[in-house]
Amino acid sequence: MRLAGTLSWAQLRRSLAIARKDIRIYYSKGPVAIFGILFPVFLFLSFLVGRSFTVDFIIPGLLGMILFFTATAISPAVAPWEAQARTLERLMSCPVTVPTIVLGDIVASFLFGLVISLVPLIVGLALGISVSQPVLLALGMVLAAFCFSTLGLLFSAAPSTLPSTTMMLSSMVKFPIVFISGVFISLNELPSWAQGIAYVSPLTYFTDIARTCIQGEGHLSLAADLGALLAFTALSLLVAVKLHQRTMPRRI
Amino acid sequence: MAKRYGTVCAVDGISFEVGIGEFFGFLGPNGAGKTTTVRILTGVIKADAGSATIMGYPAGSLTAKQSAGIVPEMANAYADLSGWQNLMLMSQLYGVPGREARQRASRLLEQMQLLPRKDALARIYSKGMKQRLILSMALVSDPNVLFLDEPTSGLDVQSARLIRDLLRELNGQGKTIFLTTHDMDEASELCHRVAIIRDGRIAAIDAPEKLKLATSTQHSIEISFETTVPEKVLASLPGVHAVKKTGDKYRLYTSAPGEAVVSLVETCRSCGLKIVSLNTLAPTLEDAFVALTGREEK
Repeated sequence: MRLAGTLSWAQLRRSLAIARKDIRIYYSKGPVAIFGILFPVFLFLSFLVGRSFTVDFIIPGLLGMILFFTATAISPAVAPWEAQARTLERLMSCPVTVPTIVLGDIVASFLFGLVISLVPLIVGLALGISVSQPVLLALGMVLAAFCFSTLGLLFSAAPSTLPSTTMMLSSMVKFPIVFISGVFISLNELPSWAQGIAYVSPLTYFTDIARTCIQGEGHLSLAADLGALLAFTALSLLVAVKLHQRTMPRRI
Repeated sequence: MAKRYGTVCAVDGISFEVGIGEFFGFLGPNGAGKTTTVRILTGVIKADAGSATIMGYPAGSLTAKQSAGIVPEMANAYADLSGWQNLMLMSQLYGVPGREARQRASRLLEQMQLLPRKDALARIYSKGMKQRLILSMALVSDPNVLFLDEPTSGLDVQSARLIRDLLRELNGQGKTIFLTTHDMDEASELCHRVAIIRDGRIAAIDAPEKLKLATSTQHSIEISFETTVPEKVLASLPGVHAVKKTGDKYRLYTSAPGEAVVSLVETCRSCGLKIVSLNTLAPTLEDAFVALTGREEK
């Protein structure tokens, strides 16, 4: 047991080394960070222009969308990039497990998503929104950033060495998710069949948490939202690890 | 061990042992199964059948990986990290404590003549510098076993020599070295034993000198003339089995070099041919390789 514990701790530290490497190479570039903010903002504005919404309504949706897009922006392409750059084989031959590599990629994506999502929150606070339950909102942001990052790793599991393939795959899933997750239209205003679809999107639960904490009312209870995010995280983490264990050797 | 890719059998039931402290060469033509074997041994892929152990641990296990340093074929350092950052990353992935990692990294970079460029991004390193950095990355964990897949392929003479000297020194310190190479001279110069793999199977495994003697009874004579000489004239000499033109020289294959040299000199005298150089050559590892693999390396 002690050995297993030491080994797990050692692997966790190696995950953090992989995360630092990812941040240095893929995330800490000006254009990546700027694109991470600008793309969701413009997508959001294109929907809002000509319609009147309160800042309290806009910020939770924008926060959810930026967190979702940034946490899934780079991670789908990391494994194919590494395969193309011929660095993946070296990484795989190091004393690290596939879950360690996957976790490292998730942590980098998680930190990027979390930091960038502070921007719309700060903008919202400057515009006068008030957060009634800041601790729960912070908890929701942390959990959602981790959940969306695991989704990003799920997209990257396709055994391709072409980043364009995994990016296309992720875009095909990400865009429909944004439109069914209560980002642009509150869940309460959706018909029941559309609500049923919304429940299969993890973004729905974070948007609902943000609306509860900022607008003061949500569609589901906070416990249900947090529970659903936890369940999505566990499921996509498990599937991502299993898929990467199968597909990673096929990339080299 | 065996490994298939679809209908292609990349490794077909090979079995061999490498002793602790041995310098072992692994040779074979392109597509013979060398890299697949190395990838199984280093835990990057799994064998379909059979198993391997590294220092007593199952290949692919964390303990086996921990005891090995690896220079994969065509591998790269992280281009957007500096040489120093690449070494620190490897140290962290192998769990080398910080202070020890920094000391080893400094020593290795100095030994590899990379210390003045340690903070430059690896993307601006020359090919020789990159390969020296990759070897440093394999050594920063102070492994007991080193797997090197074509470490000097395509390098300038100076970098290749630096790497060979270092490998010799590391082997002298007791490290086990598993070297995959196309360079027969390199294998002959460095390895205690070599295995030759062909179509996924081990064709021969022995000390280079024994392989040369066992697989090739032919000697050769290398000769160059002031003028061009038709190959058929040389091929018709007594005791000469075959003639091959290599650059400005001719190589005459014979099982009786003494007799062949005498008839060669007499023919040159009678035909008025002026000899520029003449050498008799013992069988080389390359001759053994060609004999065992049945074809010349492209």
